[in-house]
Amino acid sequence: MINLARRKALKTGGGLGLLGFLAAVGLLQSGTAWAERNNHAFEVKTLDEALDALGAVLPENSAAIQLTAPETAENGAFVPITVSSSLPRIEQISILVDKNPTILTANFILPEGTEGFITTRIKMGQTAMVIVLVKSDGKFYRAAREVKVVLGGCS
Amino acid sequence: MGSPTKIRATAKDDSTEVKILMSHEMENGRRKDDEGNLIPAKYITEVAVRHNDRIVLECQFGTAVSKDPYLIFRFKGGKQGEKISVYWIDNKGDNRLDEAVIG
Repeated sequence: MINLARRKALKTGGGLGLLGFLAAVGLLQSGTAWAERNNHAFEVKTLDEALDALGAVLPENSAAIQLTAPETAENGAFVPITVSSSLPRIEQISILVDKNPTILTANFILPEGTEGFITTRIKMGQTAMVIVLVKSDGKFYRAAREVKVVLGGCS
Repeated sequence: MGSPTKIRATAKDDSTEVKILMSHEMENGRRKDDEGNLIPAKYITEVAVRHNDRIVLECQFGTAVSKDPYLIFRFKGGKQGEKISVYWIDNKGDNRLDEAVIG
């Protein structure tokens, strides 16, 4: 049953490559070694598709995630984002922007011992929601906030 | 390829904070040059940060990470004088490995 489903997915999933496919369906454990980039998740154009590609269907909102971003970003080319969470055993933090041409901006894979904290800078083409996903003990949680963009950053 | 990655790692209490500034244009493939030709996409796709030989952070980037990607993160452990390395590879296969010691 599983083999048949896998074979079918492998056939239809073509361009992803085996490792990409295995990673996409979560058969490879991340963190233990260099994880294969989930290329498909970086190409999709809608938030639903991106969540689906990450395996994060209907993530719960969590007050245990602090998403720090400017209310108004003068320059969309450099929008500082900090994600910090007290959730247990955080394996992954993902940053998504719902109105960028591609939704998924970055995945951070955190091995055991790395704190649930990341600061980075992203590009935003226009005012949009920044959505962060935190994977804790195998389950995805989310937090989101709107960032108003004055000058779009060619995302 | 490119300029060295700037790495500053500081041991504090029982953890180490790492600040990283990579030098990369992060072209998204949708911009045009002065003559109206599309500038091909060229962006970092993956980053691995190691403490000695152990991976402490892996990043997968899309095209919307800002030019000259900047990161701050923290991991438990790490002592002054130990090694931090940052490796990145982009969608064209260019890559860099840079090292620093924890201060």
